[in-house]
Amino acid sequence: MAIAETIDVAEKSAGSDLFRQRVRSAWLFLTPMLVVLAVVAGWPLLRSIYFSFTNASLTNIEAAQWVGFDNYLSITTLKSGRVIYDGLLVDPLWWKSVWNTVRFSVVSVILETIIGMMVALVLNAEFRGRGIVRAAILVPWAIPTIVSAKMWAWMLNDQFGIINDILLHLGLISQKIAWTANPDTAMLAVLMVDIWKTTPFMALLILAGLQMIPGDIYEAAKIDGVHPVKVFFKVTLPLVRPALMVAIIFRMLDALRIFDLIYVLTANNAQTKTMSVFARENLFDFDKFAYGSAASTMLFLILTVITVVYIIVGKVNFEGGR
Amino acid sequence: MLWHATKRTGFYLLVIGIVFISIFPFYYAIITSFKSGTALFEINYWPTSFSLANYTQVLTTGSFPRNLANSLLIASVVVAISLLLAVTASFALSRVRFGGRSLLLFTILAVSMFPQIAVLSGLFELVRFFGIFNTPFALIFSYMIFTLPFTVWILTTFMRDLPIEIEEAAIVDGASPWVIITKVFLPLMWPALVTTGLLAFIAAWNEFLFALTFTSSNNTRTVPVAIALLSGNTQYEIPWGNIMAASVIVTVPLVVLVLIFQRKIISGLTAGGVKG
Repeated sequence: MAIAETIDVAEKSAGSDLFRQRVRSAWLFLTPMLVVLAVVAGWPLLRSIYFSFTNASLTNIEAAQWVGFDNYLSITTLKSGRVIYDGLLVDPLWWKSVWNTVRFSVVSVILETIIGMMVALVLNAEFRGRGIVRAAILVPWAIPTIVSAKMWAWMLNDQFGIINDILLHLGLISQKIAWTANPDTAMLAVLMVDIWKTTPFMALLILAGLQMIPGDIYEAAKIDGVHPVKVFFKVTLPLVRPALMVAIIFRMLDALRIFDLIYVLTANNAQTKTMSVFARENLFDFDKFAYGSAASTMLFLILTVITVVYIIVGKVNFEGGR
Repeated sequence: MLWHATKRTGFYLLVIGIVFISIFPFYYAIITSFKSGTALFEINYWPTSFSLANYTQVLTTGSFPRNLANSLLIASVVVAISLLLAVTASFALSRVRFGGRSLLLFTILAVSMFPQIAVLSGLFELVRFFGIFNTPFALIFSYMIFTLPFTVWILTTFMRDLPIEIEEAAIVDGASPWVIITKVFLPLMWPALVTTGLLAFIAAWNEFLFALTFTSSNNTRTVPVAIALLSGNTQYEIPWGNIMAASVIVTVPLVVLVLIFQRKIISGLTAGGVKG
């Protein structure tokens, strides 16, 4: 994170007493923020991880006792010699929610990247009414997730929904579909709403990257008669890659923790239950506080591993976007 | 020539498609919110009726006005506290070189991308320990986890782009860092503060998971939870008209704000790379 080196020069020439005083006051300025973050993020994270190794219950958190890895995996051998495996790591419902989350995240981020790239390219072109388009795509972003879930739930309603009506009129479907309730289409419905809601964010991040590409590169390509498709893959894409990589990881982390949209749009549908929904439901609805903590700890681990791998493999530079 | 015309038409069709898909759901929610009774269950593409019944019902019965006040209060306080803590912190992070600064910045970025569910059980314990369960304080407190890191992050990127010269003169005059922040930086930072504050406000206004978990009665809920849990007289009757009216009420101010400040918001979003 290279920050203006000029400050150093100024600091050193101004004498080391002044420099020390500046560092002291810097820490003084940082302390309130750091204390708040430690209390609201650091401590609760440690406690959540701790609870995952206990038998804590919602009604009596204080009486939590250490049980080791039992919430993750416990192996009991019965007298008859039968071995029983129990815990999160052998829970098919948990793995189903992991799979749902990963499937949702990968599909939504890929589609959002492609559509976002298209929208960004459109916005990067000069045409009359560009301001209107840019304002229009900010609308889905500005609408609260819960509101968009409800709006789409109404449009996707099986009896009175406008989507079924449009599709029937176009002859694309022969009978009305219960989009959010039907196991086959629930994930499709969630993807539709999520892509609608978050593509603008992707498009704006990519657009910021596109606008940093100097115009004369395109001029040169045009004079040389290079095909526009080739220009896109050989010039635009490599140059916009740093911004794109940052946008993708932000969206990916966001998708992997998705909760509200699914909780409201397709409540209790096994096909769309994600890790966050699984964890919260165990924590507060099933009174399996410790088990839910284990699930949220696993989610945290999975996200951390994915992020670290992505940053290393993708050589992501967080400064690259600007 | 023909090829050129086709390309132009195709481009404008794409533009119209993008605008239509972006706006249609909100348009449809608005026309639905003005329908009442059986008109609600007729599918119309154009506005057919103009009845304010849903709005009066949402605003006069139930706890929705209270929920609106809760959301407004919580989001405003959250923005105020985050900005206050972030301004001084980002001055230190952007203008002073000290050991461990890069690590600190990276940690702050990491916290802003935190999965909130990972701290939920620990936060729940803390909220109960403080005795603030089912009060606005629980939400003001817990929302710091996402507003604070990203206000610090955006303000830091903004402040380090300010030229060194403006600070040098003050240092030579012997001004203390506190004076430098309040007298030199703050006047220059209004645009950044407005953008960051607005983004933090939107994030707090829209939050759902903590609001759902840390409040338990109709009067303490915020609007997203109220809308999610809005139900009719019977379990099977979903009051779509009321839900759409409530949705329009909470969304119109946001859309207006976003459109007014769109340039600032876009630059803030891309500078911070924060989630929407």
